Amino acid sequence: MSTASAAQPNSFRTGPDEHGRFGIFGGRFVAETLMPLILEVEKAYAAAKADPTFADEMEYYRAHYIGRPSPLYFAERLTRELGGAKIYMKRDELNHTGSHKINNCVGQILLARRMGKTRIIAETGAGQHGVATATVCALFNLPCTVYMGATDIARQQPNVFRMKLLGAEVVPVHSGTATLKDAMNEALRDWVANVENTFYIIGTAAGPHPYPTMVRDFQSVIGVETREQILAAEGRLPDTLVACIGGGSNAIGLFHPFLDDREVEIIGVEAGGDGVETGRHAASLTGGRPGVLHGNRTYLLQNDDGQIIDAHSISAGLDYPGIGPEHSWLHEMKRVKYVSATDQEALDAFQMLARIEGIIPALEPAHALGYVRKLAPTRAREQIIIMNLCGRGDKDIFAVAERLGTKL
Amino acid sequence: MSTRIEKRFGELRAAGRGGLVVFVTAGDPTYEVSREILLGLPKSGADLIEIGMPFTDPMADGPAIQASSLRALKSGQNMKKTLQLVREFRAKDAATPIVLMGYYNPIYSYGVDRFLADAGKAGVDGLIIVDLPPEEDEELCLPAMKAGLNFIRLATPTTDDIRLPTVLNNTSGFVYYVSIMGITGTRSASDADIAAAVGRLKRHTDLPIAVGFGISTPERAAAVARVADAAVVGSAVVNRIAAALDANGVPTPHAASSALDLVKSLAAGVRAARA
Repeated sequence: MSTASAAQPNSFRTGPDEHGRFGIFGGRFVAETLMPLILEVEKAYAAAKADPTFADEMEYYRAHYIGRPSPLYFAERLTRELGGAKIYMKRDELNHTGSHKINNCVGQILLARRMGKTRIIAETGAGQHGVATATVCALFNLPCTVYMGATDIARQQPNVFRMKLLGAEVVPVHSGTATLKDAMNEALRDWVANVENTFYIIGTAAGPHPYPTMVRDFQSVIGVETREQILAAEGRLPDTLVACIGGGSNAIGLFHPFLDDREVEIIGVEAGGDGVETGRHAASLTGGRPGVLHGNRTYLLQNDDGQIIDAHSISAGLDYPGIGPEHSWLHEMKRVKYVSATDQEALDAFQMLARIEGIIPALEPAHALGYVRKLAPTRAREQIIIMNLCGRGDKDIFAVAERLGTKL
Repeated sequence: MSTRIEKRFGELRAAGRGGLVVFVTAGDPTYEVSREILLGLPKSGADLIEIGMPFTDPMADGPAIQASSLRALKSGQNMKKTLQLVREFRAKDAATPIVLMGYYNPIYSYGVDRFLADAGKAGVDGLIIVDLPPEEDEELCLPAMKAGLNFIRLATPTTDDIRLPTVLNNTSGFVYYVSIMGITGTRSASDADIAAAVGRLKRHTDLPIAVGFGISTPERAAAVARVADAAVVGSAVVNRIAAALDANGVPTPHAASSALDLVKSLAAGVRAARA
C-alpha cells in the first residue's frame, strides 16, 4: 500500500498499475453491468495507443480543428506588476470552444468511433465539457445527451444554449443537490441502461480505470507543448508550474510530462470557496479524505459516515467533491503541492488579468492566478512560473457581474 | 456449518416453492417506522430480507430507491444505526436471513475490519455491494468470506459466458440476477428472457438464483418465482412507504402496515406460483 510514508518511486510517470491503481487510488468501482464495457474500453484504448493511424488522426484534429499548439505567452505586464518571478501562461483558452476540454473530447470520440458506438453521453458542471462534447458530436454526427444539474443549468444559461445550438440534448438533473456529482450519477445511470450502443465521454481525469489515464494522456499535449516552448523561449525548464484543480484534467495534462523533472516545483490550486476553514469549499485534498465514488478511490469531501458532502465554489467547473486519483497519489507522495484559493481571490484575479493583460480568464484558472499573485512576488526575478490558462471567461461574465452587483 | 441463507434456500427447495426477497432501506422513512416494517416482514411472507444501507449517491438505483436513501439520511440514519436495526431484528427473529445491500464508501469509511466484525455480531448474513465487481475482490469480498459472511454477487445481462465464471468465483449464498440493463425500479424483463437467463446461470453454478429489478406486482413476482429460486422486490415496497407520507414527509400511522400489506400480496403470489 502506498501511503505518505512510502518510498519515492524511480519515476512518477509509469502509473497506473494493471489494476488501474496509482498507489491505493483509482481502480474500477462500478456496477457489474458496466464492467464488461469498462474492460472493452481499456482494450480498445490500448489498441488505439499502439496504432499510428490513431495518433495521426489526433494530430490532424489538434492542428486543424482545435488550433494547437496553443501559445506559451510571457505575461510581461503582469510580471512587472507583481514584481517577482517571470510569469508565463499556457494559452489553452484559445482552443476551439474556449477551454482545454476539447483536447480530451476529440480523443474519446475517436475512440468511441473505433469501438463502433453510435451514441454519446456526458456530464457537465460549468458546461465547458458539455459544449466540447456537443461540438465533437456535431463534427462526427453522433447523437449527444448531456446531463447537467438543474442548479448549474440556472447559473450557466449561455453554455446550455450553446449545447442546444450544437444539436445536443441537455437533460436537467434534479436528484441530490442538482450539481456536477449528481449529473455524473445520472450519466452513469443512463450508461447502465444503454451500455450496448453508448460511449460515456467523461470530462475529467476521474472515474473508473482507464478513464483517469486516458483523459490524462489526451490532456498531456498541454505539458508536452509547454516543455518544448519554454525550452525554446528560455533555454531551460521552469521553476514552478501552477494549475487549478477540480477533477484535475488540465492540471494533470500540464504536470505529467514534468513529473520526473524533480527540480520543477509543481503546485495544484483547489477551489477554496468561502475558505477551507468554513467548510464551504471544493478542496478535496486539503479538506477531504480517501473514499470511493464514481468508479474510483480518491480524496473525497465526506462526513464521518462516508456520505458525500456538497462542494461549494464560485466556479461551477470546480464544484465537485472529488478529484482525479492520480492527484491523490501525487499528493500522498508529496510530488505535487496542493493549495487552495478562495472565491474572492479568484474573483480579484479574474478582474486583474482582464485589466492588466487584456485577457478575461475563466473562473477556474482564475483560482490558479489567485495563487500566482501571492507566489510570484516572493520569488526572484530570474525564476520562471508557468500557469495553465485553461479556459476563457466569456461564460462567466454573468455570474461575475452578479457577484459584483452589476446588472447586465 | 451452513449459513442462514443456505438453510433458508434449503427449506424453500424442500417446500417446492420459490422465495420472496424484500428490500427496504434502513431508516426509511424514520428509524422507528423502518423497525416496525422490518419486524413485520417475516410474518408478512418475506423469506429473505435485504436492508439497504443509505448512501448519498446511489448510482445504480432509480428514483424510488434514491428518494428512500435520502429520506433515511435526512431522518438521521447512519451505519451504526443500520447495524443497530439488524441487532434489534435479530433479537426477535433468529431464522430470517438478512443481507445488507448498498455501496462501498460508507463501509470503507466505517473501516472494513470493524464493519465485518460489527455486522457479524449484529446478525448480518450476507452482503451485496453494487460497486464492488470481482476486479476489486480484495477490498471486501475476500475479507467478508473469511469473516463468515456470504458475499452475494450481481450477474447481469451483460455478464456473458466468458465473464460468468469470474463473477461466480468467490461468491456464496445465492446469485442475484439483475434482469435488465438499467437501474432499479424502471423497466421489466420478459418471462422468456428471465427463464433463459436463469437457465444459463444454472449451467454455471449450483447456487440459488434470485432475480430482481423491475418486479413490482404479485403477478410479476409469481412469474419470476416459477423459474427462479427467489424474486426480489424493492422499489415497489419503497414506493408504498413514500405514498404513506404526508405533505411534509412525515409518516402517517399506516406507513408500515401499507408496506407490509403489499408484501403479503407479493408473498401470496409467490407461494401460489408453482401450485
